[in-house]
Amino acid sequence: MITVKDLTRNYARTTAVNHISFSVEKGQIVGFLGPNGAGKTTTMRMLTCFLPPSSGTATVAGFDILDQSLEVRKRIGYLPESPPIYPEMGTAEYLRFVGRLKGLRGAELARRVDYVMGRCAVADVKTKQLGKLSKGYRQRVGLAQAIIHNPDVLILDEPTAGLDPKQINETRDLIKDLAGEHTIILSTHILPEVEQTCQQVIIINKGQVVATDSVANLQSHARNAETVLLEVAPRPGTMATIDPAQVQRTLQSVAGVNSVQVKDRRNGAVVFETESRRGELVRGDLARAVIAGGWDLNELRPATMSLEEVFLKLTGTEPAAEATENAAADAGEQAIAAPETESVSTSEKEAADAEEPHA
Amino acid sequence: MRNIWIIFRKEMRSYFASPIAYLLLTMFAVLFGWFFWNMLGMFVKYGMEMQMSGQSYPMSINEQIIRPLLANASVLGLFFVPLITMRLFAEEKRTGTIELLATSPVRDFQIIFGKWLAALALYACMLFFTAISFAFLFHFGNPDWKPLAVGYLGLLLQTGALLALGTFISTLTRNQIIAGAVTFGACLMFYVFGWASNFETSTWATVLNYLSVAGHFESFAKGVIESKDAVYYVTFIFAGLFLTARSLESMRWRS
Repeated sequence: MITVKDLTRNYARTTAVNHISFSVEKGQIVGFLGPNGAGKTTTMRMLTCFLPPSSGTATVAGFDILDQSLEVRKRIGYLPESPPIYPEMGTAEYLRFVGRLKGLRGAELARRVDYVMGRCAVADVKTKQLGKLSKGYRQRVGLAQAIIHNPDVLILDEPTAGLDPKQINETRDLIKDLAGEHTIILSTHILPEVEQTCQQVIIINKGQVVATDSVANLQSHARNAETVLLEVAPRPGTMATIDPAQVQRTLQSVAGVNSVQVKDRRNGAVVFETESRRGELVRGDLARAVIAGGWDLNELRPATMSLEEVFLKLTGTEPAAEATENAAADAGEQAIAAPETESVSTSEKEAADAEEPHA
Repeated sequence: MRNIWIIFRKEMRSYFASPIAYLLLTMFAVLFGWFFWNMLGMFVKYGMEMQMSGQSYPMSINEQIIRPLLANASVLGLFFVPLITMRLFAEEKRTGTIELLATSPVRDFQIIFGKWLAALALYACMLFFTAISFAFLFHFGNPDWKPLAVGYLGLLLQTGALLALGTFISTLTRNQIIAGAVTFGACLMFYVFGWASNFETSTWATVLNYLSVAGHFESFAKGVIESKDAVYYVTFIFAGLFLTARSLESMRWRS
């Protein structure tokens, strides 16, 4: 549906997008992920024919963005970073204007306006002036105008930026909902968003594609070891507390384990994180070692690497502050544990790197 | 054609949904009304004096009221053009709605022409108020309507030219105040270019005089359509809109 080849865009002194190539299949939701200033918006603006590329080509639905720009524009719905609304217009009036602009007319226009207002849940502010709407409503009106002409491709630039958590969830659900009918590219610097919404992710940094893969693959690829979380508790009756250092030594002695760290302490129990070499199944051995040591094993689960860590591995930069805050909720225990990490790891340096964003 | 109409309607809606249109219309109506009242007063006083002295001079409503009024209206346009055009593109650039327009299946010239046409239509609405004043003249006297019609055509052409200039300047910035101020300066400059020919007779003064907006209106005010003046205005309009198109295109390359 979308093919991008060697797309490059130079500004006066900088290269915002540097030989980007990727392709997107019909019906997919693709996350365009990168820190602020990575070139996401510039790439999207080129795809929507707002900016011409300095070199390279791209086709959308088989049409070239430079030579057949009008055909491309007919097939693209675009939501820029801030919704392009006219504050003095009413919701329905605005949608009618955009619909006409995109070539709809008559009964079809009226039908589409009604449909998108229902779809994006803005029908209750039909006659209200856009300038008086809340940010969440404006964003949904922005989405509504993007899908008004039922485009093949939807391009959404940070669709959840500036929304509150409830609105973020609603917007994500709406986007997922739209995926059946449209091919969607959305940009974000918020990692969980990609995990939750997208099937495919294109990571871009400093104007270049760092990785293109499915979300599932990327998580396992970037992981060079399996991480297992164990919650060890003192056995009731026989001991009052446990000695974390002793447990650590015991776990460390299990064959295949690279490192053991204390991640968290709760109500006397201690959470350990072990990293083992790829392909070695050590979970059973770990469990036996804990039991043999006389402790109780409350929980044992493999931890998947969050996209944030994947991202850090691939780009070598820290994602934006918001991303960290957002991810912190998902990776709560890690964030809390970070300051008191006691490592007996042989790869201390590596472990410290992974903790960096939470500290 | 349809796209131009869509843009035109949206712009008209923007003017009339905000206080801008009403403010401009009111200001124009008040100022023009004042001019009209003064002209009329002078005309009446002149007529009475003539009667008292028993002498008779030729008196013409066309020459003594309509013509100077049209000249006044043309100067008034100078002040109103920046107020009409300053928002056209500057506002769209500031709020980001330009991205919506520029990514819609609409050509740049359709956007530009639609906007310019809306600006001209708003000016035409202002002229409507002048028609009310003139209606009194037709009710109580019998002036010739043809020179007046030509005068209106001249006003539309002249203001259309300045509006094209203002539209162009509005694409250069996202700040409406700057767009307005620069447009006012530029319009004024185009008005006074011709002064040089008052004392200079060399070629450059002649060229400047020809470039000046003001000189070309005189024939229209007299009720004469001079082809060279009409061509001047039409060329001016096209040049302004052409520059606007180039400016929009360069915005895509630069921004």
